[in-house]
Amino acid sequence: MTIAADVSTLPELTTDDLARYSRHLILPEVGMEGQRRLKAARVLCVGTGGLGSPLAFYLAAAGVGTLGLVDFDVVDASNLQRQIIHSTKDIGRKKLDSAEEKLVALNPALNVVKHETMLSSANALDILKDYDIVADGTDNFPTRYLVNDACVLLAKPNVYGSIFRFEGQASVFATEKGPCYRCLYPEPPPPGLVPSCAEGGVLGILPGLVGMIQATEAIKLILGKGESLAGRLLLVDALNMKFRELKLRKNPECPVCGDHPTVTKLIDYQQFCGIVPETKQEQALKNGIPQLTVKELKQRLDAGEDVFVLDVREPYEYQIANIGAKLIPQNDVPKRLDEIDRNREVVVHCRSGQRSQRIAEYLAQQGYGNVKNLAGGILAWADEIDPKLQKY
Amino acid sequence: MIIFIPTPLRPYAGGQPQVEIQASTIAEALSSLTGSHPDLKNHLFTAEGKLRAFVNLYLNDEDVRYLPAKEATAVKANDTLSIIPSIAGGGLAVQADAPAAH
Repeated sequence: MTIAADVSTLPELTTDDLARYSRHLILPEVGMEGQRRLKAARVLCVGTGGLGSPLAFYLAAAGVGTLGLVDFDVVDASNLQRQIIHSTKDIGRKKLDSAEEKLVALNPALNVVKHETMLSSANALDILKDYDIVADGTDNFPTRYLVNDACVLLAKPNVYGSIFRFEGQASVFATEKGPCYRCLYPEPPPPGLVPSCAEGGVLGILPGLVGMIQATEAIKLILGKGESLAGRLLLVDALNMKFRELKLRKNPECPVCGDHPTVTKLIDYQQFCGIVPETKQEQALKNGIPQLTVKELKQRLDAGEDVFVLDVREPYEYQIANIGAKLIPQNDVPKRLDEIDRNREVVVHCRSGQRSQRIAEYLAQQGYGNVKNLAGGILAWADEIDPKLQKY
Repeated sequence: MIIFIPTPLRPYAGGQPQVEIQASTIAEALSSLTGSHPDLKNHLFTAEGKLRAFVNLYLNDEDVRYLPAKEATAVKANDTLSIIPSIAGGGLAVQADAPAAH
């Protein structure tokens, strides 16, 4: 599909443009007209992190005229393994400011529009309406569905990329005849099922690879050349360097883009994804498992209480930092139940409290009567009990 | 036939990226898979036995939902079944006022 524009309304190229984009101009698929289309184009990058970094960089390099950036986060050291638009000196700085600085250094003619906000149902339509294409580089399900629905409602193509550990997905949603994200995934997974990069880890190069695919797709849409990923799901397995393609179809019964849509305005996406702000009582108990704070555990251990602390992380994590607990990696727990005492209070911990919660629930199902989860995991212990413990 | 297990679900399939199954239909293949990996069953299927909506099943490169016989479709030894869950990269679905995890 083409971002339609009458050639006569496209901006002229300056002498600087002609010099800068010469390698594009001599390519039949771009040429003067294509470069003018790029200059006229307005692309919104939702997220300036792992996916957003290469995406924004290459769109700026290609001569996209206006880049909108949405981010409300601040640069952290752990970002620099993959979020290459940010530098070491930017740690602590707003991602938007850091990104803008690098993009404008690369391409001073670029018009950067910063949206320092969390995209929400209250602001999404208003923010997206000024752009031609939206590139989704976000890191959570509620925003994915929000961006998707907003794109369908506004008829803006959604260049999609997502990653997990060393696998990625890419496609183009919300084109006129193509499927939208909800055609593929009508419902989000329950919270906690799919771990975050912080919990599950991510190969740094992966968002680079997938973000580049997104940038490519955005540029192709602007130029109206090549075959877009609309109607196809590209699967990337970086570990084995395998690329696969699956067919995607528009679902005629899709609630947002189908023949009889039932979603005609933006909804509460947190609720849709099953996330409800926790009450104090809920914080103390999750899925029937009592949550122990690190302070409470420290008190009990200091008091000499008979607590069996189980660490369900991987051996390499134990080597980085540990609190002296018994290590049984999560996948081994079912086979090694005989090493976990049924008669003692068992406190399960991991890095941040998510894996341990799942294992605690599993143990409870296996009949363990006294199991607790260490809320916040070893990270909370490092924050509140032992600052000398290495965080990772 | 081979069933590809996506990364988020590998912990429930003994850590394996793929599983070799003997089956004559898709439904049989899934049954055999969850039979030998019961933890996978809860993640893939609802209590009523329906495939969860955030998981897609592909026979080779076709979405099973759109095959005329759906899960009753016959499979050959060199067919593959892929389980494709939704992934959202960086963060968990976070609470509205909590900082985003990247």
